[in-house]
Amino acid sequence: MSKVESMAVAAPSPQYLAWLQRQRRGHLFVRATQVAILVVFLVLWEVLPKALIVNPVLTSYPSALWPTFVSLLKSTPQQPSILVHTWATVLATVLGFTGAMMLGIAVAAALWWSNTLYKVLDPYLVVANAMPKTAFVPIFYIWLGATMSIYGMSLAISVFITILMIYSGFQGIDPNKIKLAQTFGATKGQILRKVVLPGSVPTLVAALKVNAGLSLVGVVVGEFQSANLGLGYLIQYGSQIFKMNIVMTGITILAIVSSLMYLAISWLEAAVMRRR
Amino acid sequence: MAASAIAASPKVELRDVSLRYFGLEGETEALKGISISIAPGEFVAIIGQSGCGKSTLLSLISGILMPTDGAVLVDGKPVTGPSRKVGYMLQQDYLFEWRTILENTLLGAEIQGADMAKARERASGLLTRYGLGQFLHHLPRQLSGGMRQRVALARTLCTEPDIVLLDEPFAALDSQTRLALADEITVILRREKKTAILVTHDIGEAVSMAERVIVLSRRPGRVKSDHAIRFATADGARPNPLAARNASEFNGYFNTLWQELEVHVEG
Repeated sequence: MSKVESMAVAAPSPQYLAWLQRQRRGHLFVRATQVAILVVFLVLWEVLPKALIVNPVLTSYPSALWPTFVSLLKSTPQQPSILVHTWATVLATVLGFTGAMMLGIAVAAALWWSNTLYKVLDPYLVVANAMPKTAFVPIFYIWLGATMSIYGMSLAISVFITILMIYSGFQGIDPNKIKLAQTFGATKGQILRKVVLPGSVPTLVAALKVNAGLSLVGVVVGEFQSANLGLGYLIQYGSQIFKMNIVMTGITILAIVSSLMYLAISWLEAAVMRRR
Repeated sequence: MAASAIAASPKVELRDVSLRYFGLEGETEALKGISISIAPGEFVAIIGQSGCGKSTLLSLISGILMPTDGAVLVDGKPVTGPSRKVGYMLQQDYLFEWRTILENTLLGAEIQGADMAKARERASGLLTRYGLGQFLHHLPRQLSGGMRQRVALARTLCTEPDIVLLDEPFAALDSQTRLALADEITVILRREKKTAILVTHDIGEAVSMAERVIVLSRRPGRVKSDHAIRFATADGARPNPLAARNASEFNGYFNTLWQELEVHVEG
C-alpha cells in the first residue's frame, strides 16, 4: 500500500538548489519593496514640507516627531507621559477585543445550539452590525462615564461582526464530522466541544484579526470624545491647540501599536495552523 | 433446543420499516415496508442505485434516525438511539485534521466516556496491526487515502462494536487501493466475527465481500430481492474478496445483480 509522501533525497540536486535560491530571492524582493515603500513615504513626508511644497504647519515632518516624542515622555502636572497614554489605549483595546471574542464565542455557540434563537436574532444582529457605532459615543459617555464608555465602544464596534463571523464558521463545519460524532452517541455539548469548537479555530483567528483592528478604532474614537487619557485624547488635544507635532506623534504610535498587534496575531496564527 | 433458538435469533432485524423525510415542500418517501433479518456474524451487502435510501437504512440501524413506521431491533431490543453495539464507517474518513492519528482513533472512546488507558492501548494495538504503528502521532494530512481509511476502521473498531455498518467506505479511494482495502477490511471483520452490513452501488464489491446481497428498488426503497452468495472452495471456507473475484461463480452473480439493477433504469 502507498507510503507517506515525502522521501528526502540524499544529496540535493542542482535544480533544487536553483529553485531554493529563486524562492529566497522572491522573498527578499517582497521584503525590500515593503521597506522601500516606507522609506519613500517618510522621505516625501520630510522633504515636501521642508521645501514648502506642502504647508509644514499642517503635516509636520518625521524628524520633528522624535523630539516631540521625547518631550512628551516627561509627565507634567497638566499632562501624563505619552507612555501612560499609550498604555491606556492598548489596555482598552485588549480588553475590547478579548471581551468581543469571549462574548462572540458564547453568543455564536448559543445561536448554533438553538436554530430558533438564530432565526429570531438574525435580523437584529445584521442591523446592529451595520449601525455606525461611533454615533453612540456621546450616549455611551453619558451612560457609562469616561473610562467605561471607551471599553464599551471598543466592545460595541467589534462584537457584532465577531458573532456573525464565528457563527458562520460554526455553520461551516462539515455536517459529516458531526454525524460521525453522533454515531458514537455524542451529546450536543460533546459535539460543540469536540467537533465544532476545535474545527473552528481558523475562523476564530480570522475573527480575532478583524476585531482587534476594530477595537482599536473604537477605543480611539471613544477617547476623542470622553477621555483625559489615551492616544485618541492626545491627538484630539494636539489638534485643538494646533500642534501637528503632537497629532502626528500620536498617529505614528498608533501605527506602531497596530503593527505590533498584527505581528502578535500572525505569530498566533502560525502557531495554531501548524497543527493543520 | 436452547442453542438453536439463540442461533436463530437475529442480530439485526427490521420489521416493516418505512421512513419519510419531511420538508416544507412536502414529504419524501425514502424507504417503504422494509423487512430484513440479519444473523450474528453475517456479512450482508445492500445494493441499489443512488438515492434509493441505502444510507438512510444504515442511519436507522445506527439509531441516528428513527423510522416513521415499523421497528428496528438490535439483539431483539428496539433501537432508541446510537448504541455502543453498533459501529458506523462513513463514505469518507472524516478524520479531524487537528487530532493526531491516535487521538482520532480514540474519539469514540472519549465520547462514550470509556476507560481511556485501556482504549489507548487498544487503539495503538489496532493501528499497529493495520500497519500504522509508526504514524500514531502523525496528523491525518500526512497520510495517504488508504491509510486514512484504515484509521477510520480502527476508530470504528476501537469501541468494540458487535455490528459494523459500512456506508460505501471505499467510495473516495482510487481503484487499486479500493480493491486492496476491501480485501483487508473483509478479512479483519470476519476474523473478529463482526456482523457487517455494507452499503454500496458497486456490484463487484458486494459479491466479493458479502455472503448475502440484498437489492433495493428505486425510491421509495423496498427490498427487491435477496441473494445468497456461495463459492465452492476446496476447504469449504469463504474466499477472500480478491480470490472471490476470480472464482467461476463470480460472473454469474454479477450478471444476475446487474440485470436486477438495470430493470430500475428502465422502470
